[in-house]
Amino acid sequence: MKGLLKIALKLLANDRGKFFTLILGVTFAVFLMNQMTSMFAGIMRKSTSNVINIGAKMWVMDPSVKNDRSSIPMPDYVLDYVRSIKGVAMAVPIYFGSGLVKLPDGTYQGANIIGLDDTTLFGRPPIIKGDLNKIYNSDAFIGVVDSDYRRLGSPDIGSVLSINDHRAVIVALAKPASGGLFGTPTLYTTYTRATQYLPRTRYSMSYILLNPKNDSDIPYIQEQVKKLGYKALTQKQFEKTIKNFYKYKTGVGTNIMIMTLISFIVGLSIAGQTFYAFVLENLEKFGALKAIGAKKYELMTMILFQASVTSFIGYGFGIMISSLMIAISKVRIPNYAAVVTYQNMLIAFLMVVVIAGFSSYIGIRKVLKIEPFDVFRG
Amino acid sequence: MKTILEAKNIVKYFGSDESKTYALKGVNLTAYYGEVLYIVGPSGSGKTTLLSIISGILRPNEGTVTVKDKNIWQMKDDDLADFRLNHIGFVFQDYHLFPKLTTTENVSIPLFLKRQNWDKSLKEAKYYLEVMGLGSKADLPVYKLSGGEQQRVAIARAVVSKPDILIFDEPTASLDGETGRQIIAFVKEHLLTKERTIIIVTHDSRIFEFANRILHMEDGKLKQTTDNSNHLDEQKTITKLETQ
Repeated sequence: MKGLLKIALKLLANDRGKFFTLILGVTFAVFLMNQMTSMFAGIMRKSTSNVINIGAKMWVMDPSVKNDRSSIPMPDYVLDYVRSIKGVAMAVPIYFGSGLVKLPDGTYQGANIIGLDDTTLFGRPPIIKGDLNKIYNSDAFIGVVDSDYRRLGSPDIGSVLSINDHRAVIVALAKPASGGLFGTPTLYTTYTRATQYLPRTRYSMSYILLNPKNDSDIPYIQEQVKKLGYKALTQKQFEKTIKNFYKYKTGVGTNIMIMTLISFIVGLSIAGQTFYAFVLENLEKFGALKAIGAKKYELMTMILFQASVTSFIGYGFGIMISSLMIAISKVRIPNYAAVVTYQNMLIAFLMVVVIAGFSSYIGIRKVLKIEPFDVFRG
Repeated sequence: MKTILEAKNIVKYFGSDESKTYALKGVNLTAYYGEVLYIVGPSGSGKTTLLSIISGILRPNEGTVTVKDKNIWQMKDDDLADFRLNHIGFVFQDYHLFPKLTTTENVSIPLFLKRQNWDKSLKEAKYYLEVMGLGSKADLPVYKLSGGEQQRVAIARAVVSKPDILIFDEPTASLDGETGRQIIAFVKEHLLTKERTIIIVTHDSRIFEFANRILHMEDGKLKQTTDNSNHLDEQKTITKLETQ
């Protein structure tokens, strides 16, 4: 069979024009599919950055909350109630808000302000420079050095900023696990200071961060929180809620899915049509092979092999080009959301398998139909 | 004379009911080892249909075809394909070579179908190309060869698997008269052995002189058999080429 496969490969590769068109079609489709799904994966990952960075096992919130950025403030008694639930090891408040930072050049930049529990500082990001304890100094803030930090002029330790016309001093710099989705820089401070610096509503507590004593306590805690009319989600559940919001409520998911589908159809059409033309051109030769003594499965294997080789070369090029594009884009645009994951590559691979299968199918159908007698008849 | 192929009462029709058209109406044919057998007749006389049936390509509606004492139409499809691969060599009217493959690769195809390894197959193919006088063109793609050369590549492909029966369908149809004659003369001189028969379908009377027997067909029936050679044993055969 090795000889036949080699012949199949030569038949394909020696017809350079068609071979190139086939590879180009698949490459283009894979490039687009991978680009789209990578964009989607990046958006999904960044959309949950706060939840990932803070790292609490459970989050308590108003039942209407659909994503971390649209928190509904809760009264303080909810915190007391949560702390009293059996199985809760620790529960602390956290404040999410946004302030207006006045930059040295006189311009303004919006920033996310996260107020951590004054006592525990639970949910703080890993400090890479400076002293965390200085957070208790007056006007102290921690700067989060992600791709958006440059929007604040990348202030170093000791830099003085103005947040909502309040003096703010950077006392430490932190590196988060994941950057945010909206290109807004983030500053951490204590819960009390955050509520002093930012305009308040009647209640100020955005979420309650909670760690259960054991994972087995989670269902009971959720049940008890629900009795009070609130919602307790595990980190994974909250991430899923946020992702679902972006997927289904914002159109991001639908648009990307449509684009991925279009890329797939384009690839399928180009590869399918070119491969069909290739098989059609060699149809009589395949008929002659049949007459000589080639069996159906041998011809099918040859065609499947040709389609697979083309598709997988195209797949390799497509992944390579899209990864390169994403890497270049990330250098040029630090907050570029796309990220190539194994899942993206797997999706593109599965789609390529479908393209190879479809292309083979239409070729094989034609080849199996031709009778050697037709070759004699001319 | 020893029989290699025997077809009895072959009936073949196409279509059904009112549109049924008979291509063969009870044809009997016997081919012997060591002869060149021509099947001739006007277009539509059933030559190609008969050729397809005796070579295991087209199933007859009635009748039997026995090759080397085996009824080929009792075989399953895959066995029939193996039978064709091992016992029959085809030279098609339009050659049906792969133009983008080299001549050697084209000739090797039957050997690859026999699962012979790549290098050995190419070596054997090159030998047959040498025999056909195309040794210097072994590495050229087929599309760069002339019609006559392509014909010879097709012949090399047909004989590379050492078949018992060589079948030619209108071998001179695409060639000029002289080239056609040269090729058939060459085939008879170099490829006909005592262990092989060559069956040629043609209406080119210029090459009739190379036949041992000529079967004349008309309207799906065998009309006449002409014995063209009384001295089969006198034929010049060069068997050493294939035994080396």
